[in-house]
Amino acid sequence: MQRGKGMKFVGDSRISAESKPNIPKDYSEYPGRTEAFWPNFLLKEWLVGSVFLVGFLSLTLAHPSPLEGVADPTDAAYIPLPDWYFLFLYELLKYDFASGPYVLFGILIIPGLAFGGLLLAPFLDKGPGRRPHRRPIAVTMMLLGLASVIWLTYESAAAVDWEARAEENKPVPESDIEIDQEDPGYAIFESNCMSCHGEDLSGGSAGPSLIGTEHSPEEIGDIAKNGIGSMPADQFTGSDEELKQLVDFIVSVNEQAE
Amino acid sequence: MLQKIYDWIDDRIDITPIWRDIADHEVPEHVNPAHHFSAFVYCFGGLTFFVVVIQILSGMFLTMYYVPDIENAWKSVYYLQTEVAHGQIVRGMHHWGASVVVVMLLLHTMRVFFQGAYKKPRELNWMVGVLIFFVMLGLGFTGYLLPWDNKAYFATQVGLEIAEQVPFIGTHLKTLLAGDADIVGAQTLTRFFAIHVFFLPAALFGLLAVHFILIRRQGIAGPL
Repeated sequence: MQRGKGMKFVGDSRISAESKPNIPKDYSEYPGRTEAFWPNFLLKEWLVGSVFLVGFLSLTLAHPSPLEGVADPTDAAYIPLPDWYFLFLYELLKYDFASGPYVLFGILIIPGLAFGGLLLAPFLDKGPGRRPHRRPIAVTMMLLGLASVIWLTYESAAAVDWEARAEENKPVPESDIEIDQEDPGYAIFESNCMSCHGEDLSGGSAGPSLIGTEHSPEEIGDIAKNGIGSMPADQFTGSDEELKQLVDFIVSVNEQAE
Repeated sequence: MLQKIYDWIDDRIDITPIWRDIADHEVPEHVNPAHHFSAFVYCFGGLTFFVVVIQILSGMFLTMYYVPDIENAWKSVYYLQTEVAHGQIVRGMHHWGASVVVVMLLLHTMRVFFQGAYKKPRELNWMVGVLIFFVMLGLGFTGYLLPWDNKAYFATQVGLEIAEQVPFIGTHLKTLLAGDADIVGAQTLTRFFAIHVFFLPAALFGLLAVHFILIRRQGIAGPL
């Protein structure tokens, strides 16, 4: 940097009046095949980035982001699960030594030691060697930590039936369907089906929504009598005529919803 | 024309040295996958930053539709997902990006760890990097609540219950995050929104700036 007498500035600023040429450094003096970041290397990085972006966008297109039904604090049957990258902490709290009276081990001491160790790794592993075999303790600790995180995540995720979970918690938009309570089928619905399928047919903790069902009217009648999946048989007890009224009612609500 | 504009600006604020500072740095042979394919492990950090940029951009677009309010949060996300043109893709990028960024961060951290690149003189940058990891997990945790679906609500409740069990400060911590000692509700959603959109990104940008300045200052660790 040029300093001292004879310097000229732009106006009353501190900007030197002499402009420097905008020329890159010469990297041929550097060891090996060193190259300039701009523009040589950035072009290659750009290519890697493009390939990565294509893969990432394919993932987004192939798997639309999930959304469950609107939060219902009264839904006591819901089993909470955190995002997958917190599953290992969640699973840790299920072990006896990390829950109940020892919960502090689970929420503070074990994660604190692990993450504290990660944060302070440079001060715990101070030797000059950089190669993994020259610092066996640090590398072993990291491998153990990594293995336990992977194991805990796997244990936690393997116990969940993800597809059934997504199926049970499909998002249902709030219906502006008016349910005709004068309909003779409504009274039958009220006494036979409502306790599980909800007042507005939108489902409850025990039964799915009846709105948007893919079953035909005959199948609906059959399910009411004989059950399906976890729904037991003989939920509907009444005459064939009442069954027909019930099916007509469910079908009419579905027609209205379309 | 462009050159004239550049010269006009350079004449007044002398941007050439700034530009050379940003553009002029060497890429040593051992980190260049064009020369040694195994050097692709050095891409993880840059790709993490790339996903962070995707997160910032997609998040900015999401806030154009999202309403942080318990009545409308879920509805706005549902609307975005089903009605808005490309809304599903933008939300998908933000949703999957949150997972991909954690994966890339983990890979980057492992690369640095197993190469011992955090050793003197790079201790400080390692710690800044681990703090970035924590901030990123915080962003994941607070962002999870925002769609206000069952998954979000109950996972947040569990998270807050865990925070409550911390000795001495637990209840205060929970109140700070949730806005109430017992209720997970309207206050919680606005607080998590504020933390997710303002507080943690501010921390993230600061830490990223320090991370990059330190890399430029210290250079990439030499070959093993």
